[in-house]
Amino acid sequence: MQADVELISVTKRYGGGAVAVDNVSLAIPPGSYCCLLGPSGCGKTSTLRMIAGHEEVSEGDILLAGRNVTDMAPAQRGTAMMFQSYALFPHLTALENVAFGPRMRGVAKAERLKRAGEFLDLVQLGTMAGRLPSQLSGGQQQRVALARALITHPKVLLLDEPLSALDPFLRTQMREELKRLQRELGITFIHVTHGQEEAMALSDIAVVMEGGRIVQAAHPREVFERPASAFVARFIGGHNVLALPPGSFAVRTDRCRLVPSGGQISGTVTAIEYQGAAVRVVVACPDGQAAEALLPDGLFHAAPVAPGDAVSLGWEAADAHLLATHHAA
Amino acid sequence: MPGRLARFLLTGLFALFLLFLYGPTLTIAVLSFQGPDGGLTFPMNGVSLHWFGQLFATQAVGDIGAALKRSLALAAMVTATTVVVSLAAGMAFRRRFPGATVLFYLTLASLIVPSILVSLGIGLLFNLMEWEPAWYSSAYGAQLTWILPFGLLIMFAVFNRFDRAWEEAARDMGATPWQEFVHVVLPIIAPSVVGIALFGFTLSFDEFARTLMTAGNGNTLPLEILGMTTTVTTPVLYALGTASTALSFVVIGCAILGMRGLRPVGRLRPPHGPEAQ
Repeated sequence: MQADVELISVTKRYGGGAVAVDNVSLAIPPGSYCCLLGPSGCGKTSTLRMIAGHEEVSEGDILLAGRNVTDMAPAQRGTAMMFQSYALFPHLTALENVAFGPRMRGVAKAERLKRAGEFLDLVQLGTMAGRLPSQLSGGQQQRVALARALITHPKVLLLDEPLSALDPFLRTQMREELKRLQRELGITFIHVTHGQEEAMALSDIAVVMEGGRIVQAAHPREVFERPASAFVARFIGGHNVLALPPGSFAVRTDRCRLVPSGGQISGTVTAIEYQGAAVRVVVACPDGQAAEALLPDGLFHAAPVAPGDAVSLGWEAADAHLLATHHAA
Repeated sequence: MPGRLARFLLTGLFALFLLFLYGPTLTIAVLSFQGPDGGLTFPMNGVSLHWFGQLFATQAVGDIGAALKRSLALAAMVTATTVVVSLAAGMAFRRRFPGATVLFYLTLASLIVPSILVSLGIGLLFNLMEWEPAWYSSAYGAQLTWILPFGLLIMFAVFNRFDRAWEEAARDMGATPWQEFVHVVLPIIAPSVVGIALFGFTLSFDEFARTLMTAGNGNTLPLEILGMTTTVTTPVLYALGTASTALSFVVIGCAILGMRGLRPVGRLRPPHGPEAQ
């Protein structure tokens, strides 16, 4: 099937010569939820903004549904962007904000307000139509921004850290809603985030970026179970990255167990963290490496350890995932 | 928290400051209601509107009506120019262009040069070129050297706080650059533009130093008042001061009411972070 969004060797260089995005290629199948994931400065936002058309591409091409859009204006591309700050127009009501796109395209007033009302209903804000953005909560503002982006019937919705301004409770709720909308509308969502949890919860494709390059692009399960590098294993979390003969490898902390003796690695317990369903045990080894085990609470309480105890950490050989030597690190 | 004594002293200091600030204006306002036989100083010799009536009568020296008309026309010209040019320049300075820094410092320099020198220079230039200086040419130019940079600086401050994401959002939804300006930029900064207009009008209306050598034969109101202070010895001067202060208050009042009519914009920048809940 033809990809919805295709990046071909896309590079973004800024005025001073700094390279934000370095020769990135990526194909996103139609109707997928794609998360661009990475620490700040990894180039994920620049990539998104280039797809939106708010940032010029220095080299390479961007294809949307097979059409080269590299030099097109944002509104001609069939994308819509939801900004991190929401960028709602403060002088317009929620309804007028949503109706802005049709208004710019010359849709008659009655028609565009009716359609805007429908999109406000879609995000469950029909009753707030007459409010100004300053009279709405952060979560409500975000829904207005979402409705405003969707009213243009984009083929691809671009979301720049959409959940970062929300409190944890609302974030989970909004996350479910984004996923539901994406499934119902059947369009591609590209969502920039620095939260691995968010990416795992939402995405069909998680694209992990580092230093302007893609280090792994796959289903989040693939990323979690077979991280492509030490960086990915550390960034996605839940892994010990260890260097033992024959080489560097990652092993999931929930697959590690405390064993009386004969484990793969030994050391002293330095911290114990109770997390409810699990207990996290951090072990420092004499050679300077640190490892941790995430134990089911029952297992931990059956044979508890305390900081300072000498322990041995073990795992099934099959759980150790060898890492390719990583040149960037 | 400051102690009780400190708070008492600071309150006293602030009251003195207010007295210093408004005392003279109030004194003049009171004296302008002098009775027909009253003089320029206390005590009040009866209370009347006599001197306000005298404002519109023909004066022995000075022509208040004509000077007022000139001042109003000049202030309107200066205000219109300041608003249009500072808005356009504010937009232009948002992106780097060759010579931007030099142009910026040149603009600032005209604020720093002593006003009387600017006035003298422009007067001299007109003399050398054998042009006739007048309030609508040389004085207009002289006032702009002062008021336009102020407008521009305010515009810089306004655009500094202007979130570019608004324009990107507008573009994302298919707005042309012109639609972007008319439907997004202008409405959002409208209160600041009104502010610049008010500011420009006030600065021009009572501008003195730069107009002094450049107004030619037709005096503006402040120049006319200066001329009158040396020859007129009746409270009609005070009446003039009170009337023009009242006019300023009316203009400001209208502007505030007008702003109320505009939609409340709330915060200029959309909220960031979890505290926005």
